[in-house]
Amino acid sequence: MLHPALGDQPIPAVRLTFALLLSLLTCTGHAEAPDRAALMRAHRGGELHLTAYQPAGTIDPQINYIADFWQIYFVTQDGLVTFRKAEGADGLQIVPDLAEALPDITDDGRTYTFHLRQNLKFSTGQPITVADVVASYRRMFKVLGPNVGSWYNIIVGADGCLKNPATCTLDGGVVGDPAAGTVTIHLTHADSEFAQKIALPFASILPADTPPHDLGTTPPAATGPYMIQSYDPVRDMVLVRNPYFHQWSEAAQPDGFADRIHYRYGLQAESEVSAVENGSQDWMSDPPPLDRLAEIGGSYTSLAHIHPLLAYYYLMLNTRLPPFDKVEARRAMAFAVNRKVTVNLYGGPALGTPICQLLPKGLAGYAPYCPYTKNPGEAWSAPDLAQARALVKASGTAGMKVTIVCSDREVERAMGVYLQSVLSDIGYDASVHSISYNIRDPYMENSSNHVQVGLTDWYQDYPSPSDFLNVLLSCASFHPGSDASINMSEFCDPAIDADMQQAMTTALTDLNAANTQWTAIDRKLTDLAPLVTLFQINKLDLVSARVGHFRSSPLFHFIFSEAWVR
Amino acid sequence: MTARDSPWNVAFSRLAGDRAAMASLIGLFLIVLACALAPFYARFVAHSDPFRPNLDGSIVVGGHTEDILQAAQNPLHLGSAPIGPTWGGQYLLGADGQGRDVAARLLYGGRNSLLIAGAATVICLFLAAVVGIVAGFLGGWVDQVFSRLLDILWAFPVYLLAISLSVVLISSSLHIGPITLGANSLLLPIGIIGIVYVPYVARPVRGHVLTLAQSDFVLAATGLGVPNRRILVRDILPNVAPTLIVFAPLVMALNLLTESALSFLQIGVQPPAASWGTIIADGQTLIYSRPLVAVAPGLAIIATVLCLNVLGDGLRDALDPRAKLRVRA
Repeated sequence: MLHPALGDQPIPAVRLTFALLLSLLTCTGHAEAPDRAALMRAHRGGELHLTAYQPAGTIDPQINYIADFWQIYFVTQDGLVTFRKAEGADGLQIVPDLAEALPDITDDGRTYTFHLRQNLKFSTGQPITVADVVASYRRMFKVLGPNVGSWYNIIVGADGCLKNPATCTLDGGVVGDPAAGTVTIHLTHADSEFAQKIALPFASILPADTPPHDLGTTPPAATGPYMIQSYDPVRDMVLVRNPYFHQWSEAAQPDGFADRIHYRYGLQAESEVSAVENGSQDWMSDPPPLDRLAEIGGSYTSLAHIHPLLAYYYLMLNTRLPPFDKVEARRAMAFAVNRKVTVNLYGGPALGTPICQLLPKGLAGYAPYCPYTKNPGEAWSAPDLAQARALVKASGTAGMKVTIVCSDREVERAMGVYLQSVLSDIGYDASVHSISYNIRDPYMENSSNHVQVGLTDWYQDYPSPSDFLNVLLSCASFHPGSDASINMSEFCDPAIDADMQQAMTTALTDLNAANTQWTAIDRKLTDLAPLVTLFQINKLDLVSARVGHFRSSPLFHFIFSEAWVR
Repeated sequence: MTARDSPWNVAFSRLAGDRAAMASLIGLFLIVLACALAPFYARFVAHSDPFRPNLDGSIVVGGHTEDILQAAQNPLHLGSAPIGPTWGGQYLLGADGQGRDVAARLLYGGRNSLLIAGAATVICLFLAAVVGIVAGFLGGWVDQVFSRLLDILWAFPVYLLAISLSVVLISSSLHIGPITLGANSLLLPIGIIGIVYVPYVARPVRGHVLTLAQSDFVLAATGLGVPNRRILVRDILPNVAPTLIVFAPLVMALNLLTESALSFLQIGVQPPAASWGTIIADGQTLIYSRPLVAVAPGLAIIATVLCLNVLGDGLRDALDPRAKLRVRA
């Protein structure tokens, strides 16, 4: 699960449409290619000033799982493949990175063969070799990265590595041929999403001699246009140009415009807004406080950039605890929530779009569906309290005590108080329990805490329906008593699990058919309402007036290497 | 000595002659009265439920219908803000981020703040009196035990101790046998705040009792074989009472501030209930667009604490004979 630093923001419909059209019309980076050299000559240089209230932990790319630092890795690290550094739908495309081309996939989808590019070097000056690639995949297991057990466990030899990480060899799983310059990855079974998974920072290629433990604050060797020069979690991070970088693929890793990037920590969001408005900082990581949004929307429109995300806020309803062990009670909640109100509490209609279903708009398999509204159909229009109350009555759960858990962040706490009133309205004895944002998800995920209903959000790791449906609601995602049990609703339906496995298998050969299957699964799950989705999130980036060529990836958001400051 | 010249009558007449103290007493009375009338205000004046969000409601102001939660009028449609002060019956001071009437919540919040502060004061003074008097009068190992316990309690910074206790108890609730106090129970902040200030009162009480225990009238009573319990009740307690009375408003002021701090940090009064601290927290996010949401409870706290402190000073002057001597000199 990818946790962003904080909320995010939205966009007016006209602007959103324009942005999507623009991305569809221009997209590919190739259209800009002829001009890029000229742009680079005109704008190369200067220092980009970034700011955040707090850093995001370790800078080990194979361990860190926080969006703020994935943005950093997007311009410092590379894998065999990556997501195109582009806006809109193009940003979801997998392109070859350190590999010369996309892999040759053979053996019914179980063998991936990559040809490593030649003459590339790490920021240390060492050449990037086949041995480094093999060692990096082993290191993923040696440092026990967050998702090795769920994403990369299909690599042959992964079982042994998970049991004994220190001695991991991935024997027979990742095989290098230095003479041929190839790396072959063998899987125990085909996975239609494997290429997406190895395009993420966890699969970054590091020198073979990188210590097999968390790097903490020690900068990793870089392969991208920038390298981390220093990192002090209390104060700042400094990125400078990687002296050994040369652009090998504009789509995968374009050269950066700014010479230096200074990421400063410690400013409160209020101060960050002022700093960006007055130009002393160029971009703020944290979402602007709600009270400053009107000011930004009124007086600083040119500094605001709004992008739709594959992410949403949702309510997890515990399907194993009363009252939400009854499907009628869950549906009642879905009918009762006024999603427009939650959007307003989040910052207004520009920052969120009400939804009812589990697949967000923009993702393959998405087909508009909203049964939980007045006049059910494709879009949410208004809550239906009468229907909700009738369902609560039918479920026989009226009057039960229900505690909604939310984080102590201002937006979520406000939504929590509102949702408590909704629960009261439909007949429950409701209370709200706010907890630190830092423990929000682990607390809700642990079944020992007996959370009945909780407010949280979900951001895609990679753009696939399974990253929402399978990850959030499969039987395998529920681990009783664990802080790492993403299936907070404790939902498990073997029949739907089988459907999801079928869709993932179908995707190996027929993506369109798979998407149709995902659409059907989305509807089934939406009807069962283990989650109540509230609104899809749009992200607001506030950048200073001196920043030009702002580009935002749908996955990694602001692409630092693409912005110029002179 | 006539009845009119009794120490208590003298003290009352001194207090009545202290204009600042009397003004504070009246101010305090008005604040308490206003808060006590919160349900009346909410029902008959504000016509609103101060605990229920009203985010999609609207009211008529000056003949125009206005949304309670108003979308910001800007090109990007960014942000929204609750309705501001109408200076009328409904939404006199505007709405908070949940669309609730701030004035009504201010009065309800005052009820909780004053109730918690007042009840915690009673608990604090009672415990401090018991510990201070017993330790000071009995001395020996009893004094040693109580004094060390007070030392331990005193070793913790007050706010750190209160925050720690609140976080633990509000997160996990307090279970005492069959009784469970949940996060929403006001007894939790009352108990926590009542305990953390005990050493600050018990210490001076103990010192006072140590002096009294060596005074002639106590030694005489002891020599005559008067039981300890009678000495404590008839001789010690009446002499300690003025000290406790002087402490009362001052401790209540501290308790009010502590309660506000805990509630501001979301570990005191829990939503949807209100206290002045929670309303300030609610207003924190509206400080640019609707500053009155945070300012109004802040002013209420300042006014109440000021009244309590001035009253405390007045009581000290009225009950302290040496202070009178100094004035006469």
